[in-house]
Amino acid sequence: MEATIPVLILAIPLFMFLLLGLLGKFMSHKMAGILGTAGMGITLVLAYYTAYLYFFSGAPEFVDAAGNRLQFLVFNQDWLQFYDKLVIRIGFLLDPISAMMLVVITTISFMVHLYSNGYMRDHHGVYEHGFQRFYAFLALFSFSMLGLVVATNIFQMYIFWELVGASSYLLIGFYYVKPSAVSASKKAFIVTRFADLGFLIGILILSFYTGTFNFTELTSAGVGENTFAVSLSTAENIKNIFATSAAPVFMGGSVLTWALVLIFMGGMGKSAMLPLHIWLPDAMEGPTPVSALIHAATMVVAGVYLVTRLFPLYLMEGVSLTIITVVGAVTAFYAAMVACAQIDIKRVLAFSTISQIAFMMVSLGVARPEFHEGLGYMASMFHLFTHAMFKALLFLGAGAIIHAVGSNDYTAMHGLRKHMPVTHITFLIGCLAIAGIIPFSGFFSKDEILSACLGHNWVAYVWMSLVAGLTAFYMFRLYFLIFWWKEHKVPQGHHQPHDQPWTMTVPLIILAAISCVAGFIPFGNLVSWDGVPYDFMAHFDWSVAAVSLVVAILGILIAWRMYCKENALPEKMRKALPNLWTWCFHRFYWDELYMFITHKIIFDRVCRPIAWFDRHVIDGTMNGLAYVTNKASFAIRGLQSGKIQSYVWIYLVGALLLGIITALCVM
Amino acid sequence: MDYSQFLAMKQEIGLLVLFLFVFLYDTFMPKHALGCIGKVTCLLFGLFTLYGFCPSVIGDGVVDGFSGMYETSPAIVAIKNILNVGVLIVLIQSLKWTASEHQVIRRGEFYELLLITLFGMYLMMSGRHFLVFIIGLESASLPLAAMVALNKHRYESHEAAAKYIMTAVFSSAVLLMGLSFVYGLTGSLYFGKIASAMTAASSVNVVMLVVAIAFVMSGVGFKLSLVPFHLWTADVYQGAPTSVTSYLSVISKGSAAFAFLVILWQVFGTVYSLAWEWMLYALIILTITVGNLFAIRQKNLKRFLAFSSISQAGYIMLGIIGDNAMGEAALMFYVLVYIFSNLAAFGVIGAIENNCGKVSMDDYNGLYKTNPRLAVTMMLAMFSLAGIPPFAGFFSKFFIFTSAINQGSIAIYVLVLIALINTIISLYYYLLVVKAMFIKDVDEMTVASFRSAFSERLGMWICVAGILGLGLVSWFYDSLLCVVGL
Repeated sequence: MEATIPVLILAIPLFMFLLLGLLGKFMSHKMAGILGTAGMGITLVLAYYTAYLYFFSGAPEFVDAAGNRLQFLVFNQDWLQFYDKLVIRIGFLLDPISAMMLVVITTISFMVHLYSNGYMRDHHGVYEHGFQRFYAFLALFSFSMLGLVVATNIFQMYIFWELVGASSYLLIGFYYVKPSAVSASKKAFIVTRFADLGFLIGILILSFYTGTFNFTELTSAGVGENTFAVSLSTAENIKNIFATSAAPVFMGGSVLTWALVLIFMGGMGKSAMLPLHIWLPDAMEGPTPVSALIHAATMVVAGVYLVTRLFPLYLMEGVSLTIITVVGAVTAFYAAMVACAQIDIKRVLAFSTISQIAFMMVSLGVARPEFHEGLGYMASMFHLFTHAMFKALLFLGAGAIIHAVGSNDYTAMHGLRKHMPVTHITFLIGCLAIAGIIPFSGFFSKDEILSACLGHNWVAYVWMSLVAGLTAFYMFRLYFLIFWWKEHKVPQGHHQPHDQPWTMTVPLIILAAISCVAGFIPFGNLVSWDGVPYDFMAHFDWSVAAVSLVVAILGILIAWRMYCKENALPEKMRKALPNLWTWCFHRFYWDELYMFITHKIIFDRVCRPIAWFDRHVIDGTMNGLAYVTNKASFAIRGLQSGKIQSYVWIYLVGALLLGIITALCVM
Repeated sequence: MDYSQFLAMKQEIGLLVLFLFVFLYDTFMPKHALGCIGKVTCLLFGLFTLYGFCPSVIGDGVVDGFSGMYETSPAIVAIKNILNVGVLIVLIQSLKWTASEHQVIRRGEFYELLLITLFGMYLMMSGRHFLVFIIGLESASLPLAAMVALNKHRYESHEAAAKYIMTAVFSSAVLLMGLSFVYGLTGSLYFGKIASAMTAASSVNVVMLVVAIAFVMSGVGFKLSLVPFHLWTADVYQGAPTSVTSYLSVISKGSAAFAFLVILWQVFGTVYSLAWEWMLYALIILTITVGNLFAIRQKNLKRFLAFSSISQAGYIMLGIIGDNAMGEAALMFYVLVYIFSNLAAFGVIGAIENNCGKVSMDDYNGLYKTNPRLAVTMMLAMFSLAGIPPFAGFFSKFFIFTSAINQGSIAIYVLVLIALINTIISLYYYLLVVKAMFIKDVDEMTVASFRSAFSERLGMWICVAGILGLGLVSWFYDSLLCVVGL
C-alpha cells in the first residue's frame, strides 16, 4: 500500500487547523464552517477507503495465506535517535483496531463538523463568536486523535495523547469568558496530566528494559517486509527480559506489572476511570458537539485503546488485568448510580459515558485467549464502536434539545416529543441501543461483554448485568423526563421549541441508522486479539442474551412507571432513601474529597510552609545580598575621584601590590 | 634580507595602503570631494575586510618572518577579521557624526587616526618581539588620545584626552620597566628566546620575575582597563565622542585581550603556575566585581557602558586561563559577540545623542513609546551583554565559562562561581536600562520621536543581525576552534 493516502489522512486535518487557525479571521463564518466540514469529509472518504482496503482487499500485506489479519507499517520515519537501538519514530500502523478507529473517528468527527454548522448559531442564525477558532480546534483534535490511533510506537502515542489532551483543553474552555468553562478546562487538563505522569513513567520503565518503543517489537513478530502478526512469544520474551534484568519484586508487584499499571494509569485519566473521573462531568461545559466528539466517542476511549494496543503484554501479567477489571467494575457501578440522580441532561450522559467505558475496560480485563479466542477483546472493541455511534447520537440529540430550550436542566424540558419529532425518535433509538434492546447495536456488543464476563468469573457477570439494568433505567428516566412527564410549558417570551435545521438533524438520522444496524456487523471477522477471524455468532450465548434483555426491559419498565407521567412516586422514593439520593446527587462527594486533599492538605500543610520559606529565607538572603552589593558599591565610589594624580597613584600601588604579594607568596 | 617576508604581512600592508590612500585623498582632493571621504573609507574598508577572508591571506599554518619578530596564523587572521568587522561597524556608525555641522575639524583626521591605531593593534597581535610589540602598542595608544580630543569645543573632550595621554604614558613607563627586567633576566626580547631562557635557567630570580610580570600585566592591563588600572576608563569614555568611545571599548579592548593572551602564554607560559596564575585570578575577580559595583550606580549611559565594559573585560580574561585552543576560541568568540552587542548599544546611544543630545539614563524613560525600534535594539544589546539565551551573549559566556571550567581545579570552580554571581549583578543593571525604556512611565518624553540616519540604522541592523544570528548559529564557535587548532 502506498503511503500517500495515510499521510493525507493526517495531513488534511492538520492543514485545516493551520488554515482556519491562521487565516480564519479573514474568512466569513460560513466559509470557515464549509471549509472545515469539507476537509473532514475528504478525510472521511480517505479513511473509509483505507479501512475498506485493509479489511476487504485481501492484499498480502494485510492478510496472510491463512486469512489472518496482519499489522502493516505503512511508514515509520526516524525522528529522534538516542542511540542505535532506542529511536523515536513517527509512523502509521494499520491493523484491525486502528483501521476500525479511523472509521469511528472520521465518522463522528464529520458528523460533529456538520452538526456544528447549525449548533454554533443562535436562533436568528447569527454565528457565535470564535466560530472559526472552534473549527480550527476541531481539526486539531481530529488530527491528534488520528495520529494517536495509528501510532507505531508508544512514544508517538504519548505525543498525540498529549495533543488530544491539549485540544480537549482548548475546546472545553471554548467559552473562555465563562468562569465555569475556564475552571472545567483547567481541571480536565490538570487531572489528565497527572494521570499522564504515570503513563510517562510506565513508558520509561518499559523502554528502559526493552530498549524499544515500537509496538511491533513489544507485542508482535515480523512475518514479512513491514508486516507483523500479534505474537504471545514476543510478549513472553519481554517478560523474560524483565525477569532477568529487573528486580524480581518491587513493592509487591513485578516491575513489568508496575510498568503496565502505570501505563494504565494514563488510560484511567483519559478514560475517566475512578478515581480520576472527576474532570469528565465538568468537561460538559464545552459546546455540546465537542462533548459528543471528544468526551463521548473518541478521546475518552483512548485509555481502552491503549490497553488494547498492549494487550499481549497485559496478558503476561494477570494481576494487571485483574486491576483493570476491578477498576472498571467499580467505576461502571458508581457512574451508573450517579447518573440516576442528575438533573443536568449532559451530566447524565457524561456519567453514562464513564459507565460504558468502564464496561469496555472490564471486558478487556476479563479477556483471555483461552476463552472463546479472547472474546472480551473483541467485545470491548465492538462496544467501543457501537457506543461511539449511539453516544454521539445521544449527545447530538441532547445538543439539539438544549439548543431549542436554552437550558441543560430537564426541568425546563418535559413533554418535548410533539415539538421535536425527529430528535425524539432518534434519541429514543439511542436510548434503546444503550439499554441493550434487540435489535439495536448496543444489545449485541453488551451481550458479548456479558458473555466474556461470565466466561471469566460469575461475580463479574452478575455485577455487570446489574449495571446494565441500571443503565436502562437511568437512560429511560432521562428519556421520559425530557419527552414525556407532562405537557411542555413555554416560558414567557420564548418561542415554541422545534426541530433544528438540516445540518443538525441529518447527523442525528445517520447516526440513528447506524445504531440500528451496526449490531449486525460480523465484528469478529474484522477484529480479534490475534487477527484470526472467527464467527462470533458461534459464541453467541442466547441464555446470556435473554437474561440481559429481561434485565434491560425491567429497567425500562421501572423508569416508565416512575417517569412516564407526572406523579409523586419519584419524590416518595427520594424521601424514603434520602441519604442514597443525596450521595448520588453529589456524586459521592468525590469533588469535595479532592478539594479537601488539595486545599486543606497540600496547599495548607505543604505549600504554605514552602511559600513562607521562599518568601522569608530565600528572598531574605537575596535581598541581603543586594543590600550588601549596594553598600559595597557605595563604599568604593571614592576610588573614582576624577583626579588624575590619584588615578596614577592607585595604578602604581596596584601594580606594586600585585607584584609584591605574589613575590611574597612564591618565595 | 629576504624581501619575500613582507608577503606574510598581507593584512598590515593592505591596511597601510588603505591608510595612505585615505591620507592622500584627504590631503589632495578638492574640498567638495572631501564630503564623501567617510563613505569612501567605509567602502574601501569593507573591501579590505572581505580581503581578509581570502584563503591566501588566511594561510594554512603558522608563518613567521623577520627572524621571528613577526608571526601570522589562521587564528591571528581570524581575530584580525573579527576586529575588522567591528571597525567597519564603527566606521558606518560614525558617518553621521563626522558629517555633522558641528564638526569643525578636518573630517579625514578621524579616519586616518583610526586606521593607524588599527595598524598598531595588528602589530600588537602579530609582533613576536617586544620592540615590535611596544611600537604597536604605542601607535595604538597615542593617536587615540588625539581621537578622544576630537570634540574640539567640548571641555570634557579635552579633559578626557589629557587624562588618557597621561595615564597611557605612565602605563607605558611601567610596562617598559617590566620589560627591562625581563631583558635583564633573560637577555633577549624575542618571545621565543625569553621563554626558552626561562626554562633553561632555573636560576632565574623569582622575585624579579614576578615583579617583571606584574609590571607587564599592569602595562597591558591598562589597555584592557583591568582593575586597578582602569580608572581612566570612565572619564575618557564619557568625555570622548561616542564613535571614539565605541572604538575604544570594543576594538582596542579586543586586540589588547588577544595580545595579552599571546604574551602571557608565549613568553611566560612556562612559569604559569609558578609566577602569575594567582595574579591572573586576582585581576579577573577584581575586574569583574569592581566593574559591576561601579556600573550599578551610573546614571550617564556612556559611563555606565564604560564600567560594564570593564567587567566584560574580566570575562574575556577567563579565556586566558589555561593555554588551550578552547580558551583561545572562546576568547575570540566572546570578542566577536561583544563587538556586536556593545556596538549596538553605542549605536543607539550615538543616534540619540546626535539627534537629541541626551545621554542620561533618566532621559531613556519611556523610550519604547517614542522610538520603539531603538528601544528594542538597545534591549537586545542589553540582553546579549547580560547573557540571556537565546542571544549571542549567552553562548559567548557559556563557552568562556566552559573553557575555564575545563581546567578543573577547585580554584577555577570558585573563580567561575564568582563570575557567575557577578553575571547576576550585571543582569540587574542591564535590566535597569530595559526597565527605563519599557516600563517606566513619564509625563513628558525627553527624547522625541525621530528617524535615525540610514548609516546609523545600517550599523544597528548589522549588530542586531549579529546578536540574533550568532545566538542561532552558535556552532560558529566550533569553526573558530578548528581555525585555532590549525
